[in-house]
Amino acid sequence: MASPSTTTAARPLPRRAHEDPTWVRWLLVGIALTVMTLLVVVPLVNVFVEAFAGGVEAYWNNLVGDPDTLHSIFLTLMVAPTAVILNTIFGLAAAWAIARFKFPGRAALTALIDLPFTVSPVVVGLFLLLLFGLQGIFGPWLREHDIKIVFAFPGLVLATCFVTFPVIARELIPLMEAIGSDEEVAAVSLGARPWHLFHLVTLPSIKWGLLYGIILCNARAMGEFGAVFVVSGHIAGQTDTMPLRIEKLFQEYNLPGSFAVASVLALLALVTLFVKTTLEWRTRRDLEERKRLAAQGGEA
Amino acid sequence: MSISVQNVTKTFGSFLALDNVSLEVPGGALLALLGPSGSGKTTLLRIISGLEVPDRGAILYQEEDVTGTSVRERNVGFVFQHYALFRHMTVFDNIGFGLRVRKRAKAEIRARVMELLRLVQLEGYENSMPSQLSGGQRQRVALARALAAEPKVLLLDEPFGALDAKVRQELRQWLRRLHDEIHVTSVFVTHDQEEAFEVADRVVIMSKGKIEQVGSPAEIFEHPANPFVMDFLGNVNVFHGDIRGDRAAIDTLQVPLSKDGGDSSGAKAFVRSHELEIQRERNGRPALKANVVHINPARPVVKVRLHAEEFGVWLNVDVSWDRYADLRLKAGDTVYVAPRNVRVFVHDFQI
Repeated sequence: MASPSTTTAARPLPRRAHEDPTWVRWLLVGIALTVMTLLVVVPLVNVFVEAFAGGVEAYWNNLVGDPDTLHSIFLTLMVAPTAVILNTIFGLAAAWAIARFKFPGRAALTALIDLPFTVSPVVVGLFLLLLFGLQGIFGPWLREHDIKIVFAFPGLVLATCFVTFPVIARELIPLMEAIGSDEEVAAVSLGARPWHLFHLVTLPSIKWGLLYGIILCNARAMGEFGAVFVVSGHIAGQTDTMPLRIEKLFQEYNLPGSFAVASVLALLALVTLFVKTTLEWRTRRDLEERKRLAAQGGEA
Repeated sequence: MSISVQNVTKTFGSFLALDNVSLEVPGGALLALLGPSGSGKTTLLRIISGLEVPDRGAILYQEEDVTGTSVRERNVGFVFQHYALFRHMTVFDNIGFGLRVRKRAKAEIRARVMELLRLVQLEGYENSMPSQLSGGQRQRVALARALAAEPKVLLLDEPFGALDAKVRQELRQWLRRLHDEIHVTSVFVTHDQEEAFEVADRVVIMSKGKIEQVGSPAEIFEHPANPFVMDFLGNVNVFHGDIRGDRAAIDTLQVPLSKDGGDSSGAKAFVRSHELEIQRERNGRPALKANVVHINPARPVVKVRLHAEEFGVWLNVDVSWDRYADLRLKAGDTVYVAPRNVRVFVHDFQI
């Protein structure tokens, strides 16, 4: 693995010929850092500064003292995991179908998976209203059978699911395609049934990518605003999730309360970012090792 | 367990991979499917295993028709070209996988895995991960894994293709000894004729989805069925000529034939490199005048390349070291090349 660069590294050159001039590099780095600071770091720090402006006790009171706020946290902790579980099942099924089989409509399915990323969440909310609302297509039937979807928990889950369903599938499809089906074919030839195949062979090789997708999906689910806004009906203490609660507190000029809830979401974002980076690194390392293994045992 | 392939046809889109192929593999045999890439040998192996389903035709194990049986139920041991070891499992778990999914008792699995580790000479490696093993060791783990559930047949797809020359040589001989020990009916695919001839009892030569010849290595080498086999075996010089009764006319060279071939043109004559003799002088036998172009003092024979200018042909001749010393050949010498044994084919039939 002795590359030519090891010899040139011994006597450092001021600048290699293919690099841009120093001022260009510094200008680009400067622009990137300024934008990052103004758009990300300052607002993020501000959220925490504002949240803790009245001291730790006031912050804690803002979070747990208001029953409606407390309920919004509870509701988000119910809605998001439900949506994540549903999307994990869907994501695995879709990724398996697309990465392992050739079937008519495969390209269409691949394209459709991205739809929620391209449609405005508000429009998604309206879709659901038109389907399940009182005046909607299934409205009369649902009322007859006393099933509440819109302005209730199922509606929130549906909206969240729809908006976040590409996340896990998008993560798994390229990963499963890169891994290939060799080990799975070997397992079948050794007599493995579908369940063994999945939990002994497929799952262990995609686990980091899957976990990464779940974490990302969870972050998106907890932060979802637009679609949920339309279907929730905004009933305080009943259908307000955390993002909706933040907005409502803000509109009511309760800035410390609003920022306190916002800080919880922001903290969640930071944790997600950390976990995501770690997992990304692990997934990449796994894939590289697999490639190295394939290259060693691979084509002559 | 004998295997019978009956009139199997398989297409991939418009590509005809197997064209009405029939083959008998006697129980306990070690058989090689040999052919260039695209000849259908791997497809045939995968159809025998059940990984691929034929469009037409049947596969029988002993007397039982298994054409519609999935690979899962056939109980075959399959060794993949790139091993396809389970990367996240230890060597022990890899080898024990087939028993584990068959819900065998822990103690039984342990005993069997240890027995197989001994068989493939990897004792002490049970807790290693595949990434810690060399190519040859991984190959042996793959073999042990395939043998764990006592398969009725063992199928190997280019088993030594990914290994370097020295390891390949060792593993070939080792596979031969292993087969003599366990006697499971085995079929392996290779594109390397030396490998096929060295390891197998029976060799099947395939080309373009058809079987060209089946036989023991000696049969195939001594009696190649057609020009394709002759050519594929290599180390051969090809001449074009005509048949005139009981003689073949290759340019000015008249070669006597063992029987009357009638009159026809477009005959192909094959002479193996070791069946050409180099002489300093003409001695009355039909011979081609040629110039020595290159001498490769290889082992076990000296490989001499000559150009017969008046016929416009290049010749490859293998000369023994003793003969080479007698002749004192060097590049640029003019010599006479006489065939000792000529095989003449007209339209795929040997005369």
